[in-house]
Amino acid sequence: MSDVVEKTLTALPGLFDSQTGAAKITNRLRQLVKSITELTSKHEEENLIKQELCAMKEQVSSPNTSMKQMREIMVRAMYCEMLGYDASFTYIHAIKLAQQGGVLEKRVGYLAVSLFLNEGHELLLLLVNTVLKDLQSTNLIEACMALTVVAQVFPKDMIPAVLPLVEDKLSHPKEIIRRKAVLALYKFYLIAPNQVQHIHGKFRKALSDRDPGVMASSLHIYLQLIRESPDSYKDLTGSFVTILKQVLGGKLPVDFNYHSVPAPWLQIQLLRILSLLGKEDQSTSELMYEVLDESLRRAEMNHNITYAILYECVKAVYTIHPKVELLEKAARCIGNFVLSPKINLKYLGLKALTYVVQHDAKLALQHQMTIIECLDHSDFTIKRETLELLFRITNAQNVTVIVEKMLDFLRGCNDEHTIIHLVGKVSELAEKFAPDNSWFIQTMNCVFSIGGDLLQQDVPNNFLRLLAEGSESKEEDDQLRLYAVESYLTVLKGHTSHLPQCFLQVMSWVLGEYAHLQGSVDRREVIRLLTQLLDQRSVSSETRVWILSALTKIPEGQTDLILHLAERLSSSQDTVLRQQAQELLHLSQDSQLHEWVLPRGAPWDAIEVDSSLSFLDGFVSEALAAGAAPYKPPHQRQEELCEDRALNLEPYSFSLPVSLSSCSITDRQSPTLLSVSSGLSGNSTELSQKAGSSTLILEGVKRVWGKDGYLPQKEATAPLVDEPSAAVQPPVQQEAAERTEPRPELSTRNQDKQQLASSLFVGLGVGSSVSLLGRSEAPPPRFRKKPRPHESSSSGTSEKSSGSSCRSSHHTTDIFLYGSFLEEEPATSKSAFDHTPKSTTANGLSQNKDTKEDKHANTSQIFGGDMVIVRPSTIQDKHPPSESSDLTALLPADLKDLPHSDVISLTSDPSLSLSSCRLFRDEALLLLIFISNCTETVIKDVAVQLTCEELKTASLRGNIVDCLEARSTSVCHYALLMDDPHTNVSFTGTVSYQTQPGHTNTLPFSGTLSTADFIRPLVLTTEEYGKLWLSLSHDVKQNLKLLTDAGDPLRTTLNALKDALQLHVVDIIGSEGIVACRLLSGAPCLLHCRVSGAALVMWLRSPHPALPDCILYHCQRALAHR
Amino acid sequence: MIKAILIFNNHGKPRLIRFYQYFAEDMQQQIIRETFHLVSKRDDNVCNFLEGGSLIGGSDYKLIYRHYATLYFVFCVDSSESELGILDLIQVFVETLDKCFENVCELDLIFHMDKVHYILQEVVMGGMVLETNMNEIVAQVELQNRMEKSEGGLSGAPARAVSAVKNMNLPEIPRNINIGDINIKVPSLSPF
Repeated sequence: MSDVVEKTLTALPGLFDSQTGAAKITNRLRQLVKSITELTSKHEEENLIKQELCAMKEQVSSPNTSMKQMREIMVRAMYCEMLGYDASFTYIHAIKLAQQGGVLEKRVGYLAVSLFLNEGHELLLLLVNTVLKDLQSTNLIEACMALTVVAQVFPKDMIPAVLPLVEDKLSHPKEIIRRKAVLALYKFYLIAPNQVQHIHGKFRKALSDRDPGVMASSLHIYLQLIRESPDSYKDLTGSFVTILKQVLGGKLPVDFNYHSVPAPWLQIQLLRILSLLGKEDQSTSELMYEVLDESLRRAEMNHNITYAILYECVKAVYTIHPKVELLEKAARCIGNFVLSPKINLKYLGLKALTYVVQHDAKLALQHQMTIIECLDHSDFTIKRETLELLFRITNAQNVTVIVEKMLDFLRGCNDEHTIIHLVGKVSELAEKFAPDNSWFIQTMNCVFSIGGDLLQQDVPNNFLRLLAEGSESKEEDDQLRLYAVESYLTVLKGHTSHLPQCFLQVMSWVLGEYAHLQGSVDRREVIRLLTQLLDQRSVSSETRVWILSALTKIPEGQTDLILHLAERLSSSQDTVLRQQAQELLHLSQDSQLHEWVLPRGAPWDAIEVDSSLSFLDGFVSEALAAGAAPYKPPHQRQEELCEDRALNLEPYSFSLPVSLSSCSITDRQSPTLLSVSSGLSGNSTELSQKAGSSTLILEGVKRVWGKDGYLPQKEATAPLVDEPSAAVQPPVQQEAAERTEPRPELSTRNQDKQQLASSLFVGLGVGSSVSLLGRSEAPPPRFRKKPRPHESSSSGTSEKSSGSSCRSSHHTTDIFLYGSFLEEEPATSKSAFDHTPKSTTANGLSQNKDTKEDKHANTSQIFGGDMVIVRPSTIQDKHPPSESSDLTALLPADLKDLPHSDVISLTSDPSLSLSSCRLFRDEALLLLIFISNCTETVIKDVAVQLTCEELKTASLRGNIVDCLEARSTSVCHYALLMDDPHTNVSFTGTVSYQTQPGHTNTLPFSGTLSTADFIRPLVLTTEEYGKLWLSLSHDVKQNLKLLTDAGDPLRTTLNALKDALQLHVVDIIGSEGIVACRLLSGAPCLLHCRVSGAALVMWLRSPHPALPDCILYHCQRALAHR
Repeated sequence: MIKAILIFNNHGKPRLIRFYQYFAEDMQQQIIRETFHLVSKRDDNVCNFLEGGSLIGGSDYKLIYRHYATLYFVFCVDSSESELGILDLIQVFVETLDKCFENVCELDLIFHMDKVHYILQEVVMGGMVLETNMNEIVAQVELQNRMEKSEGGLSGAPARAVSAVKNMNLPEIPRNINIGDINIKVPSLSPF
C-alpha cells in the first residue's frame, strides 16, 4: 500500500505539469486576465476588451473553430459580460452549443444561456426543443442540466411545454433528479401558480419521499403554499412535527449533519412552516408545543447554525398560540442573543426583540441597558435595528425621547433608503403620540427638512390632510393650524435656499390656507415672504406653482402687491406660471369671483370633483358616433395584448374561430350605446352621456377642468418628488451642533445612560404598562383623522352621481319656472288636501317646496335607488308631508301591496300637476300617472297620451277622464313591457284638458325608466342554472368593483346588487356566486360572479344579445352608487 | 429567495456574478458597484448583515456577506431567508470550493470561473437553496468532472491520479486545512 502511495507521489509533479497542459484551453482567458490586471485605467481596459470581443467575433463566425475552442470562447464571453461589456453576439452560439454539442459543450452552453439570457429574451424559444430532448435523455447529467436551466430562465409561457416532462421526473429513480424537479416545479409555482395546480398531490408525495433531500426541497413549496393559505394545510401539521422530531432525534443519515447539528437548514424550514400553521390556531399549536420545546432544549451548542435554529424557534414560539412555559424559555434564549458578544447574534437578538415586543413589551425592559448600548454602537445596521425596536415600544410617554433619537440618527445618515424608511416612521409616531401642537409641528418640520425630497408622497399628503380635515374640535384644529403658520413664518424669515422643495410646498399650502387665522401678522408680510421664494433660483417650477396658488388664496385687499407680482410673472417663460399669474390677476380684481372660486373656510370635503369627467361625455359620444373605437379599460387592453403575445405551443390550431369570437365580443360592447342614442327623443344628450359613462371608466383621473372652467388648485395636495437636495434647516443645524459637543466623562455618561433608559422605557414598566401592553387599549392617536365621507376608492363614482344629480335638478327647476310663469288661476273651490295653502302666493311657495322635493325625487329616480318599497325620503322627515307623498295613499287597493317606487312629480302647471309611480308587477311594469287638479274648479276632458317607442303598452286604464273635480286626483294605469332591453328608456306624453269649454290646454311631460324596472328575479336551482347556462349563447365578461367594507365582500356585493336590481341569488360557493334574473318578456340572464383580488369578475349570459350589457351597466352603477 | 450572488475582491473587481432575478446589464454593474461600496466600508468587527439598500427589492432585501482574505462573498436575499442560515451556506460554499480546488484562492475563481459556476449550481438553483450538504455537492461536481476527464482521455489521467491519492485518506494531508469558523485565511495571492 505505502509503495503505491510513494510511487504515485513521486509521479505527481510530472502529472501536475501535464495537468496545466490540460489548462491550455484557458490560455487565452489567462492572457486576457493577465493583461487586464496590468492595465491602469478603465479606458485601457475598455479598449482591450473591445479588441478581445472583436477577436472573439471573428473566431465564432469562422467555420474552423472547434467545439473545444467554442467552449473556451464562451468562458471568455462570460468573463467579459461579468465585467459589464456586451457580448451579445455570443448568445446565439451559446444556444448552439447547448443544442449541438456533447455533454461538455452542453454544460458550457447551458451555463452561458442561464447567465446571458433573461426570462423575456426571445432567443430562449430556440432552446425549448433542446431542453425537451435533454429532459428525456437517459444521461443523468443532461437531465440535471436541463432541469437547472428550466428553473433558472424559463418564462411563464414556455412552462406548459416542459411541464409534463418535469412532472414525470418526480418519480425518477435518482434522488438528485427528483430534488431538482421539485425545485423546478416550485419555480413554476412562483411564476405561474395556476399552471401547476393539478400536481399538488405530487407535492405531497415529494414530502414523503424516501430521500430526505427531496423532502427538504419540497419544504420550499410548502412554506410558500402555507404562507398563502395556512388553512388548507393544517392537516399536514402532524407530518411536519414528526419530521422535525425525527431530525432532532438524529434519525437522518450523519451526512446531513453540519457541525454535528442534524440538518440545520431543514430544521429552519420546518420551524417556519410550523409557526405559520400555528398562528392564531390553538389546536394546531398544541400539536407542536412538545417539539418546539425539544428544539429549544437541543439547540444548546455554541455554533452559529444552532443560533439560526434558536432564532427561528423563538419566533415560532411567539407566533403560535402562546404557552407560558415556552414563552419563558424563548425569552431566556433572546437574552442569550442580545447579551452575546458576537455581533451577528446581537443583531438577531434585536430583531427577535423587535418581533417579540409586539406581544410582550415588558421583554424590552429586561434588556434596556443593552438596547441603550446598541443605540451608540458603531455598526450602522445595529443602530438601525435598535431604532426599529424603539419604534415598536413607543408610547405617549416616551415618544419625545425616541423621536429625538431617531432624528439624531437621521441627521448623521446618508443612506437614502434608510432615510425614507425612518422618516416615515417618525412622522407616523408624531401623528400618533404627539404630546402637543408645538412638538408635532417642530417634529414634522424636522421630518420635512431631513427627509426632503426623498420623502414618500404620502407623508406630506397625510400631514396636510390632517391639518385640513382636523379633528372633532374646531378650536384645537385652529390652534394647530395657527402654530403651523407661525412656525413656518419663522422658518421663511431665515435662510430658505437650502430647504427641500417638498417642505416649501407644504409651507406655502399651509400659509395660503390658514394665514388668515393669524390676526397679528400682516398679510403683506406673508405675501412678501412667499414672493421672495418665487425669486429664488433653487425653487423648482412645481414649487412655484404651489406658491402661486397659495398667493391666490391670501389676498383680500392687497391688490397692489398682487398686481405687481402678476404683471411680473405674466412675462415668465413658464407657461403654467404665466397662466396662474393671469388667474391671479383676474381673481384679485374681482373679489366676488374670488369668493366664489375659493370660498374661505369651506369644508374640506365639500368640494365637488367630477372625476368621471362627465362634461366630456358629449364629446365622447360624438366621437363614438363619428366612428371612434370605444374606450377599453387598461386591464382589458392588457389582457388582449397578452392574448396576442402568448405563445401558442400547439401548431396552428383553431386560430380562426378564436379571432372571430373575440371580434364579436368587442362588437357587442357598443350595442347599449347605439340603441340608446338611436331610440331617444327629448333629452337624448343626457342619456347618451350616461351611456357613454358606462364605457368610460375614468376613476382616479385627476380633474383639472370643471364645468365652469379650470378648477382652482385647492385639491392639488399631491406634490411630486423633485430632484433631491440634502438640506437642513437652521434649528436643526443648531441642534446638530449641540450634539457634537465634547462628550462628558465616563461616569456621567453611565448616569446619562441610566437616565436615557428611564426615559426610553417609561410606560413599559409593570405598573403603568398594563394599558400599553394591550395594543387595543393604547391611548387614542392624538390627531384622529375624520372619517372620510368618500374614500378615494369610491370618491370618483359618488362624485359623479352628485354631479349628475345637479344636472337633473336643474332640469326640473326649469320646468317649474316655466310652469309658474303661466297665468295663474284664482283659487276658490274646496280642496282635496287640507294642508294645501289657499292663497295664490302661498301656492307659489308650496310649489317651491315641491321643487325641492322634486329635486330629491328626481335625483333618486335617475340614480335608480328607489326600487325598494317606499323609502322614506329625508326631506319628508323634516317637513310636513307634502302633496306627492300622499299620493301613494291613492294607490288602488289591489295594487297597494306590490313593491313600488316613490312617487315622482312629472310636471305641473297652475291647474294640473302630474306625478308618477312605478309598480313592479311580475308580468309587467305598471306606470301610474296621478293627475291632480290643483284648482278650485272642475277640469274637463282630461286625456293622457303616453308615447315610448321602445316599450310596449300591454294595457291601459283611466287615461281619459271626463271630469276631474277640484282638488281631486285621478289615476291612470299603464302596463308596460320591454321587449328589447335598453339601459334607459324615456317616455314622453301630453295631457290635454279643458278648463273652459272649447279651450284646450296641453301639458307635456316626460320621464325615464331603466332596464332595472323591467327585471324580475328568476328563481332557479343550481342544477337548472347549470343547464341553462350551457344553453345560452350571448355572453359578456367584465370586472366590477367589489364592496369590501363588510366581512364577506362577495355576499355584500351580491346583496347590494340584489337590492338594486331585483336579482335572485341562486347560490354562493366559496368565492363564486351565481345569480339569475329575467326580463319581463321572459328572456333570462344568468350572472356568474367570481372574486378575483379586489375585483368581482362578472360573467353574464343570456339568449338576448343586448340584455347582458344592460344588466352589467346597471350592476356597475348600483355598485358605484354604494 | 436568493436574488443574487456576488463575489468580488477587495478592490471591487467582480469574480463571480450570478443574478437570479433579471436586471439590465448596466443595472447589474451598478448593483455590483454599490454593493462593494457598502460592504467594503464595513469593519471586520461589525455584523455580516446589511439591510435596506434600494437596489434590489427595497426594504425586503438584505445583504449577507462574508469576507475571506481577498474576497467578499455577498448574497442578496429577501426576507424569507434565514440570516444565519445563509451565512453558513456561504461557509459551506467556500468549503466546497476549497475541497474542489484544494486550497482555493482568488486565482482559482478567475481562471475556473465556469467551474465555480457549476459548483454554485449544485448549491443554489434558480434562487433556491438546493443542497447544503457539502459531501453531496462535491459528489455531484465530481460526477461531472469524471465525465470531463473521460473525454479528456490522456490529459485527464493525472487528475484521476490526484483524486486517487486524495481518496486514500492520507493522514499527512489534513482536511479543511485553513477553514476556521468565520474567516478562512485563504492564501492571499497577488491582488488583481
